Amino acid sequence: MKYNSILKRYSYNVESYNFTDAGKCSSNIKKNLKLLNIDSKIVRRVAIVSYEAEINLVIHSLGGKLHCDIYEDKIVIISDDIGPGIDNIELAMTEGYSTATSTVMELGFGAGMGLPNMKKWSDEFNIKTQKSGTLISMTIKI
Amino acid sequence: MKVTDFINILNAECVTKFICDGKDYAYAFASDLMSDVLALADSSTVLITGLNNPQAIRTAEMMDISLIIMVRGKTPSKEIIELAIESDITILTTHHIMFEACGLLYKNGLRALAYEV
Repeated sequence: MKYNSILKRYSYNVESYNFTDAGKCSSNIKKNLKLLNIDSKIVRRVAIVSYEAEINLVIHSLGGKLHCDIYEDKIVIISDDIGPGIDNIELAMTEGYSTATSTVMELGFGAGMGLPNMKKWSDEFNIKTQKSGTLISMTIKI
Repeated sequence: MKVTDFINILNAECVTKFICDGKDYAYAFASDLMSDVLALADSSTVLITGLNNPQAIRTAEMMDISLIIMVRGKTPSKEIIELAIESDITILTTHHIMFEACGLLYKNGLRALAYEV
């Protein structure tokens, strides 16, 4: 049986409400994938889901980590935060539903498309949440 | 439509001092909501926006968008311009409001990207 192991992991810390640095991690992920000569369409999908995940970490979480795991046949983006959890996942997954503040909306976010976009652009999408943190895993097949 | 066409039609200024001429843009997406851009735009699209912050550049970078038109007379900061140049993105600024800018471009042949709702 072929053991599918991680070939490379890129990990980043994402700070809550740090809008100055928001997007830097995803930009770095995209640059690294381009250097690995990954197909541009795959790179674009990974960039979108990681950026949405990163922005969600900044806007909604108390802080967390963003990982990009590269396998031979897939790329997995993992968002792992330290809270406060999502009250209603079904609502949060609904396009247009947002709990963003007016400050966040002035920055161009809070349209309620983050989680739906993450799911849309992934081949597999998993989310687990509790008050102590939310773990999201998005797989894009190569 | 080339970058120089946008400049002429909108009486726009290129603030990045970097013209990626040669590329022909056929489609546009106008929005101040970056998650909508992430849901619907692609690399063939010009982004028309009034959002004057680094996240407009980051969003364009993620979508491989190479041309941003900032409307309503917005002037991007040095930080935003540097980020755009670093990401090979051209920024044009125009005094037209978004509605007017879109109308002028549509009149001259630019179209909306096809999308599913």
